[in-house]
Amino acid sequence: MAKNVNVWIDGHHLEVPEDLTIIEAADKHGIYVPRLCYHPDLPPTANCGVCVVELSGSPVPKRACCTPVAEGMKVTTNSKNLRAYRKTLIEMILSNHEVVCPSCTANNKCELQTLANNLGVDPDALPNILVKKETDYSSPSVIRDPNKCIACGRCITVCNDVQTVYALTNSDRGIGAEVTTAFGMGMAQSPCVNCGQCTVYCPTGALRERNELDDVWDAILDPEKHVIVQEAPSIRVSLGEEFGMPLGSVTAKKMYAALRKIGFDSVMDTNFTADLTIMEEGTECVAKLKAGEKRPLITSCSPGWIKFMETYYPDLADCVSTAKSPMSMFGVLSKTYYAQEHGIDPEKIVSVAIMPCTAKKFEARRPELSDSGFQDTDYVLTTREFLRMIKEAGIDFANIAEEEPDEGMSFYSGAGTIFGATGGVMEAAIRSAYTLVTGEELENVEILGVRGLEGVKEASVNVPGFGDLKVAVAHGLGNARKVMDRVREGLKTNGESPWHFIEIMACPGGCVGGGGQPYGNDIASRARRGLALYEEDRSLPVRKSHQNPEVQKIYERFLGAPNSPLAQKLLHTYYFRRSISNGQVVEEVTHKHH
Amino acid sequence: MYKEICAKYAPTKDNLIYILHDIQDSHPQHYLSAEAVTTISDYLKVPENHIYGVITFYSMYSTSPRGKNIIRLCESPPCYIKGSDNILRKLKTILGVEVGQTTKDEKFTLELCACLGVCGNAPVMMINDDVYGDLSEEKVEEIIDKIRGRN
Ligand code: SF4
Ligand code: SF4
Ligand code: SF4
Ligand code: FES
Repeated sequence: MAKNVNVWIDGHHLEVPEDLTIIEAADKHGIYVPRLCYHPDLPPTANCGVCVVELSGSPVPKRACCTPVAEGMKVTTNSKNLRAYRKTLIEMILSNHEVVCPSCTANNKCELQTLANNLGVDPDALPNILVKKETDYSSPSVIRDPNKCIACGRCITVCNDVQTVYALTNSDRGIGAEVTTAFGMGMAQSPCVNCGQCTVYCPTGALRERNELDDVWDAILDPEKHVIVQEAPSIRVSLGEEFGMPLGSVTAKKMYAALRKIGFDSVMDTNFTADLTIMEEGTECVAKLKAGEKRPLITSCSPGWIKFMETYYPDLADCVSTAKSPMSMFGVLSKTYYAQEHGIDPEKIVSVAIMPCTAKKFEARRPELSDSGFQDTDYVLTTREFLRMIKEAGIDFANIAEEEPDEGMSFYSGAGTIFGATGGVMEAAIRSAYTLVTGEELENVEILGVRGLEGVKEASVNVPGFGDLKVAVAHGLGNARKVMDRVREGLKTNGESPWHFIEIMACPGGCVGGGGQPYGNDIASRARRGLALYEEDRSLPVRKSHQNPEVQKIYERFLGAPNSPLAQKLLHTYYFRRSISNGQVVEEVTHKHH
Repeated sequence: MYKEICAKYAPTKDNLIYILHDIQDSHPQHYLSAEAVTTISDYLKVPENHIYGVITFYSMYSTSPRGKNIIRLCESPPCYIKGSDNILRKLKTILGVEVGQTTKDEKFTLELCACLGVCGNAPVMMINDDVYGDLSEEKVEEIIDKIRGRN
């Protein structure tokens, strides 16, 4: 424990641990120091200078985000000089910025805009000297507009230090400095895994998702098309906040009502295929356990993780479950099972997914995910795009009357809904794998050891007839790297993985913290949304995937059994090795079962 | 070829700068290609985006092919005061290129650089490893002509 020191901020006496910076001490006590590049979830980059404060005994102002507190320190956060200084800084930033707020995706959420407004900055105080640079549209997931970049460096920290993907970097210096990919090749020719965490932390509209909203509207308004929609588990706990409801409100039934009002022909739910994923992946896991397999089974639902694995750990691709993600299972079933059950020509079906994720846009475009004979999932909208859609349709979300989804691929268990939080897939899998191994039902379904926001979680579950099932859960790709390095090392040194079963999610917090989630997606709100999913789980009549009656029905009427030949064909996939330089496919490393 | 150059150095991060120099100097076009960066990244276990950041941070490295002779005119204040902008204009005219570009015959690349440490002789430029001071427009023309004739 760091010892406490006495500091005075604007005359308020505070006693704070000595390892805090001034801004952290101020935040803890509700004193707001203006800032632009600093974000409490990330180490300070100290690039912008907006957070300057005056210190007694220091001739020059200091940056509050990177200056530690000290005994007896007297801090002034607001003075005539500081105000003028901050104002000039923002005016300089705006003079080298494409100021087009009304049409910008970050409008009303932009930290630069808010700060300029709060400080009373005149955007035309200085002449605009911006030399327009090209926007990088190369990626299916993330668009980068350098004309709105303020060089805060958050995206670089997230991409390199948190996610360890190493796609973004600073290049050049001085006036020519910019954020880019190696050799300026563009996101699609970099190791970028499309996780979108950079879009979440970007304070401006410089990084955003690729917009597919217009295509979805076109499909909805086309009378020839039958548009079916699925929503990921985390969506239902991430919408209310935008409409003044408390953070982490569970709004599944308002969500269905809004989707129907928007005009989707069939409103279903990804949670159904989350349950189905557990059946397929759980069966795969149990087969491995029974065979005494020394290589682990690793989850496959997170597309950012999958591309990361293909780039950095292709030697372990055989350990990754062949099960498609819940989204892609839904996509293929919407054009096979659903089409068949409802007598609809699959050619007329447009399958839309609402996801907390930018990487899902990349996943939907993987050429191999077309086992229905069509691109299985046509469009992916992020939570942010869906929120825009709700507003565009003029829906009063907070007050809309609740509705049920359409029957069929919408019924879900509590196991399906917790997929949206880190540890949830593991917990859901254990609830069913236990039954698959022992033939008995697990009494206490809550596996607390895999919940929470610790970066790497480990647990051991006693399964009669098998022994101790050792599991690990990692969220955020930096943590995934730690786990994968230990697996690689274990297999190399004693031919054995430290764990039998591993869950990996690309985004910190799991899908509730996805790269497509609403702005203001910090660690604290991720935690709150995750808890909401566990609350929903507790409230549901069915809490285990194998007890989902619609899951039982699809096996009876269509698929046969988990891992049956038809299930293999439609619900499982294979992986590639990708170049670390440009993310492109080099070769196929696992193959499809026939 | 890049692999051989890397192998002359221990695979530690602090050798990055030396390896970059060596590879750039050994390349007939005096630059660092994407392939070179991939090789170095693999050898030092430093991500390619970091290496790219380093290369673009220092003006002495180039990521695009350069001519046989690299002209680096000092753009620091002492040279500027003594008229380096006139010298720059002259160089652009006789070579027919902008800063950062290479002549069609691939003989010259024109670049700017920070202080070369011989401000007493401002304005100053370097061509390859040779320093030329007290430049005037006539003198620049002579120097370029001489090098043109030589190779
Ligand atoms: S990034 Fe912010 S300041 Fe810039 S145009 Fe968008 S909303 Fe306006
Ligand atoms: S999407 Fe993820 S991997 Fe790609 S640049 Fe952004 S943070 Fe890096
Ligand atoms: S793209 Fe966004 S996060 Fe990255 S440096 Fe620019 S403003 Fe900051
Ligand atoms: S917030 Fe401290 S320097 Fe930007």
